Amino acid sequence: MAVSKRIVLHFPKRVVDRPIVCRLAKDYDLEFNILKASITPEEEGLVVLELSGEQKEYDKGIMYLTETGVRIQSLSQNVIRNEERCTHCGACVTICPSGAFELDPVTRRVDFYDEKCVACGLCIKACPPRAMEVHF
Amino acid sequence: MAKTIEEINEKIKQGKAVVVTAEEIIGIVKEKGIKKAAQEVDVVTTGTFGPMCSSGVYLNIGHSKPRIKLGGGKAYLNDVPVYTGLAATDIFIGASALPDDDPRNRIHPGEFNYGGGHVIEELAAGKDIRLVATAYGTDCYPRKRLETWINIKDVNEAVLFDVRNAYQNYNVAANTSDKTIYTYMGVLRANLGNINYCSAGQLSPLLNDPYYKTIGIGTKVLLGGGIGFVAWHGTQHNPNVPRTEKGAPKRGAGTLCLIGDLKQMSHRWLMGTSMLGYGCTLTVGIGVPIPILSEEILGYTTVTDAEIFAAIIDYSDVYPNLKPDILGEVSYAQLRSGKIKLKGKEVPTASLSSYPRAVEIANMLKQWILSGKFLLTEPVAPLPGIESGITFKPLKERPIE
Repeated sequence: MAVSKRIVLHFPKRVVDRPIVCRLAKDYDLEFNILKASITPEEEGLVVLELSGEQKEYDKGIMYLTETGVRIQSLSQNVIRNEERCTHCGACVTICPSGAFELDPVTRRVDFYDEKCVACGLCIKACPPRAMEVHF
Repeated sequence: MAKTIEEINEKIKQGKAVVVTAEEIIGIVKEKGIKKAAQEVDVVTTGTFGPMCSSGVYLNIGHSKPRIKLGGGKAYLNDVPVYTGLAATDIFIGASALPDDDPRNRIHPGEFNYGGGHVIEELAAGKDIRLVATAYGTDCYPRKRLETWINIKDVNEAVLFDVRNAYQNYNVAANTSDKTIYTYMGVLRANLGNINYCSAGQLSPLLNDPYYKTIGIGTKVLLGGGIGFVAWHGTQHNPNVPRTEKGAPKRGAGTLCLIGDLKQMSHRWLMGTSMLGYGCTLTVGIGVPIPILSEEILGYTTVTDAEIFAAIIDYSDVYPNLKPDILGEVSYAQLRSGKIKLKGKEVPTASLSSYPRAVEIANMLKQWILSGKFLLTEPVAPLPGIESGITFKPLKERPIE
């Protein structure tokens, strides 16, 4: 059975410089499409992948990634904004690596575009009133 | 045309006062000119909503039976330690206090999810708070241990007492080092990855009265969504900084010490706040009315973000090591555009103080005055001005031999 999933990979500092993703294709015959890649504040690597292939190989590929120390997060994790706690200060705007927060120049409120959110979680702790929440 | 506060209060009582916000006044003066506007407008309202660490609450919890002397003992509210160096049942909780078992920065950056600021928010929200205290016991106060729920509605007094709020301008924070730093000015990414600022700018109370001509000790203000008063000048009050021609200080300058009954405040305007890798604090909502007593005073309230400048400080080295250097000066209009040019680089900017909430506060205060329920007060003494010669001194360290 073929599967295709969108996942977020967090590469710890020690594996950032190792070729890992390419092995998914080589060893497990998986197709990957890099939707986003960045090095985040603590020099962690963050990659959003669309990964497809046979279910069996997919599972093996995921296991391989986990064994190398890569943390895997499903994009089905939802980051949502608690509107009661959000003060629209703007602290999140420059923290978000995917530009999901934008300051409206007219209302001066912070708009959250969750379709741009890659669920990396950086905003969760950087938000002073803790208005951003991860829901599973 | 000089008006008095008494005359303005008379108009407020009759429902005839003209009240506008510090944002609205800019357009009004542009359209009508300062002379006409000064005749028409009676009050300009200001607002700010930002993290202010030097905030706290004192409580008198009432006497237990048998009595316990918390003074000299230990007490906790929701595990956050409170100050007990007062009489038997008076305690003080500061916004930045942390539970004893909080890991702090042991795993850096610490999260600081719950501290004094959060207890204050929950008190204001009317939630039950867990008080745990131990005492040494005396003949007149024999009890040694107390564990009880308390609630703001049951305690004798719950008073917000902030020794430094409403900073008149503030540093703009940058990071020139090659690693991310976690500061009270937020997360600052390496190599000028971002810049954070924290002022309501053209809406900020003291930036609309730069020489403290109307705001003084005793001035009634909006504090935490309720009513408060200026108790004193705030700590680190420093009027002697470089200023623009119109008087706006270009560095952190004046501050206010504010006091008010927490029981009539709202948790919407007192929010427990967590600064990653730094600590806990309280975001406080403040609005100050400025009586338009003269054209000069009105002139100050027309200040715009384009006319207010702040210093960009490197928080990776200059700030921690108390060096005097600045990376440059920038206006709030530039900062609010979302990016500035610095060292040949385009750097994204973000605010820690909420401008939309500052607007809301200025409008709330405006409505209170228009409805006649908020009258202005005459200050009983002025805040120290430039002539006071007050300076902001560093610590004079003298090693103990």
